[in-house]
Formats: sequence, structure tokens, C-alpha cells
Amino acid sequence: MSEILGDLKYTKTHEWIQIMDDGTITVGISDHAQDLLGDMVFIELPELDTSYKAGDDCAVVESVKAASDIYSPISGEVIAVNESLTDTPELVNKEPYGDGWIFKMQPEERGEIENLMSASEYEEYAESEEH
Amino acid sequence: MLIFEHSKPGRTNKAQSNKTGPIPDSIPEKFLRKRPAALPDVSELQAVRHYTRLSQKNFSIDTHFYPLGSCTMKYNPRACNTLAMRPEFLKRHPSSDESLGQGFLTCMFELQEMLKDATGMSRVSLAPMAGAQGEFTGIAMIRAYHDARNDQARTEILVPDAAHGTNPATAVMCGYKVREIATKSDGDIDLEILKESLGPQTAGIMLTNPSTLGVFDRNIEQVSKMVHDAGGLLYYDGANLNAILGKVKPGDMGFDVIHMNLHKTFSTPHGGGGPGAGPVGVSERLIPFLPVPLIAQKGDQYQLLTEEDCPQSIGRLSTFMGNAGVLLRAYIYARMLGREGMKRVGEFATLNANYMMARLKEKGFTIALPERRATHEFIVTMKNETKDLGVNAMDFAKRLLDYDFHAPTTYFPLIVPECLLIEPTETESKEILDQFIETMSLIRTEAQENPEIVKNAPHTLPVKRLDDVKAARELDLVFTPGVQ
Repeated sequence: MSEILGDLKYTKTHEWIQIMDDGTITVGISDHAQDLLGDMVFIELPELDTSYKAGDDCAVVESVKAASDIYSPISGEVIAVNESLTDTPELVNKEPYGDGWIFKMQPEERGEIENLMSASEYEEYAESEEH
Repeated sequence: MLIFEHSKPGRTNKAQSNKTGPIPDSIPEKFLRKRPAALPDVSELQAVRHYTRLSQKNFSIDTHFYPLGSCTMKYNPRACNTLAMRPEFLKRHPSSDESLGQGFLTCMFELQEMLKDATGMSRVSLAPMAGAQGEFTGIAMIRAYHDARNDQARTEILVPDAAHGTNPATAVMCGYKVREIATKSDGDIDLEILKESLGPQTAGIMLTNPSTLGVFDRNIEQVSKMVHDAGGLLYYDGANLNAILGKVKPGDMGFDVIHMNLHKTFSTPHGGGGPGAGPVGVSERLIPFLPVPLIAQKGDQYQLLTEEDCPQSIGRLSTFMGNAGVLLRAYIYARMLGREGMKRVGEFATLNANYMMARLKEKGFTIALPERRATHEFIVTMKNETKDLGVNAMDFAKRLLDYDFHAPTTYFPLIVPECLLIEPTETESKEILDQFIETMSLIRTEAQENPEIVKNAPHTLPVKRLDDVKAARELDLVFTPGVQ
């Protein structure tokens, strides 16, 4: 089973969310997601300073198997993107929870974060999804 | 080896050269070559051997079983080709007077009528030159329809998550926002999610029925009613039409526009990027927007309708009559089959798929979808083999090549892990299907006893396992003669 970090929040579309001390959030894709997708070959990052609603597609990860949309986990504004993924998309495979982060957001309202899945809920969800 | 690498300066073959006279004065200077074309200097025999060898490296439907799910790689009867290559067709100039092309126009008119009859639509245009262009045409007509009603608030197209990737791409090309809707685990559309997704912003929905999950959506009438009630239109992706040919018609399901991949269902040449043909059929309300030219009957004559006759048409998609040669092949195929024959196409496509699905299940393979009777294709998941043996769907696919089978579609649809999408089509015999099933079983035995032989396959082909990651990350598509 792939790694699921306990102190993160998760979405049904396999993004993880880390809540930072200053109230901003960092977003990436879970180890489970990168494992399913396989070797990354291209990452299209979200646009800086752009606002997205929860569930909007805002980035694309392309692997040797497929291109998949990344959805904004909550409503908010993009305040940073991981430029190093442009040249080294494999970071998403190697360190999905570390240097493979994709973007950071300033949330519009904190409430939305509470609705996301906890690690144990995500683990159950990921298992049930595997038919 | 490339043909340029056989090249030796000065070597040529006079017998095959074009006789070149002096350059006519009438060609403006700017159109003349500054230096000769970069062609390889090879003899006739070298050229013949080079291309014969290349052709022998091909996997093709003429040499191999090709169960490429969702792509419908079926056999094209030779007669279609022979008849379409008659000099009366080949030598007809597209600019010649209509009165001189009545034979050709008769074929095109009858093809329009036959496709209309087979799909239950109100009118058909043969103009689109490929499936993708047919899709574009369909959504462009939906857009033209809403625009003509001044209903510009409709900005969204709904697409199920199991759809072909071309569907969302088409919607975006036509300026729409794509909203993905989930499919239930049994392959039907989730009506609750559909209900939530519909609204005054809905321009339409793009559906493939039967879907890429190999099932016919049982709620299609209700889906159709819900979308129409919300003011949207229904688009039918004709990718899997062969499974229902002669049995159910998209027009009866309530669709407003359908594109047909003639290279799939109507057996015209397939693969290699064309030429294709993707005619569109429409319901009554979209008739004014059909692309031109359309062929109409006037008395005992056939004529081409143009923008003047159809002022609301979305216009032209090509010059003249689209890929006329491909349309002719489809016409001949449809004529050979007739109405009864078309029914048998649907029956055998379905029978073959269900036979293979049942036998592979007996052999212990896991069928991911469908849970009910398959239509024309089905999905095996190699999830257990990957977990237990470390041999995944791609390894099985590559090993099949060693046994002279083209691999099924791998890792599509995206919602099933480690999957092989298998579509035998109606043109294969039981013996071939049995051989494929036995081979799948044999590969699994190999995976248990000697997994390395499967993981490193193919072993017998001129090109071994490619580095997909390197190829995608360091894409290089340009060959320059003389540069290694």
C-alpha cells in the first residue's frame, strides 16, 4: 500500500493539502495517485495570482500513461507554484509529499478545509475505489 | 535504418526517374527551388528492399489479430478497395460539371440515405474528413443552434469520465467549458450527479453508447429527457456504433447529433493518421446548420448544395467532397452488407466479445467491466497479477507481441487500474479468439514461473522495450539528412 501521511488532508481526486502556520495551504498529489499514474513527463502548473473555486481544474499532470487534471481542493488564490517541476516532473514520483508539491494557495474561507478527508478516511476511500 | 543511410552520392535509377524537360517560363521565380530536393541516392533494388523490409516489420490487420479495444481494428473487405479504385471514380475531376459526375453523386446520395436509415437521424452530411472533425462539426452545430436562438448563457458541455479524450478536447476547441460527470461502478451514468450538473449553463452532453466500458447505458432515455428538459442537446460519439448496428438507433435514443467513424463501423482503411471520414447525422432541429456540401436529389439528377442553399450552415470543412475515396469504400461496404448484414455485424461483434470475456474469466482472469453482458468490448484488470507476480498490464501487452498478437489497448479507460481493453470485432474466427485466450493463459504461467521473460518482452521484435519516459521527456521528431 502506498504511503499516506497522517497530518495532511485529502480530496477524492487524490490531492493532498497541508495547512501551513500562516494559514496558507500547500497542494500536491498523493503517493497513491502518482503510483497509479506512473512516470511523470510533464506538469502544467496553475497560474499565479489566479483564483479558483473548489473543484475547478487548475493544473495538469501528464505521465507515460495518461494526462490528468489537478483540481483545486478549496476556493482561493494561487500564491506560489513549484517551478522546479517544469524541468524535473519526476519529483512528483520521487517525493510526492515533499519537493514534489505543486502549488500553494491563500484560502478564501477556512471552513472548506474542514470538509476534506482525513488520512484514515482517505485510506479507506482509496481502497474502496480499487473495485 | 533509414533510407538516407543507404545513400551513396551519384547512385540513381534512371528507369524510374521523371523525365524532366526545361522549366516552363510561366512559373514565377519565387516558386522555384533554390537547391535540389534532399532525396536519398539509392538504386531501385535498394528502395524496394528497404520498403519491403519496413512493411514486414508492421503489425497490421492483414497479418495479425488486433484486439485494440475502442479502436475497432476490423478487416476491410478487398472488394471495397477494388471498386472504389475504378478509373471512373479516380479520374473524375472535382471541378467538372455535376452532370458529368452523376454516378459518383448517386453513390454519395445513397450513402447519406443509408447512414440516415442506420442511425435514425433526420439528415446526414458526409463532409467531415475524420472522426475528430466529425466531433468538432457536431459541437460546432450545437453552438450554432444556441447562438441562433440568442441563448449565449449556455457555456458548458458535460462529458462522462469514461469518455474518449477527444470529447473534452472537442468541447474546448468549440469554446466550451467541460464539466466531467462520474460514471457509476456498473458503467451507467450517475443520474443524481447528472441532475446536479444540468442547468441554464448546459449547452449539451457528449455520450458514447455503448461506452468504452463495454456497456449500453440502460437509462439513456431518461438521460435524454433530463438533458432536453434543461435545454441542452445530446451528442452521440459513434465510436462504438458497430455494437448496435441494425439493433438500436441513436436517433431513437433521443440524440440530436451523431458522428460516425466510417473507418470503424463501415470498414474503411484505419490507422496511420488517415485519410478518414466522420459523417454527421442530426435531428430535425440541427438540419439548418449541417456543413456543406450536401447532396440533394432534384428530379432524376443529383446536385451539391452549397452555402447559398443552406445559409445557416456552419460552412465547409474541406474543399470539394471531403475524403471522397473513403466515402466510396464505406458506400460499397454498406451495399454489400445490406440491412440484414448490418444486423449481423452488431450480433457477431457482441458474440465475439462475450465469448472471449467468458473464456478469459474461466481461465482465472479478473474482468473489471462490464458486470453485465458486454456489448463489443470488455476490460480485464491485471491488478492481481501486478500485486502477486509483479507483472503488470504493459508486460502482458508486450509479451503478446512475441506470440504474434497485437496488444489490446492498455491503461484505458483511466478509471480502471492495470487494464487491458479488448475488442475482437466481428471479423475474427473462433479459432483466432481461442488462440488469443490460450496465449493469455500461457503468459500468466510464464509470469508465475519466470517473470523476467514477461517483464523484458518483447524478445522477437526488431525493436525491444522502449524507454517511454525518455521518449516523452526528450521528444525528438525531426530527422535531418546527414545528421546522425
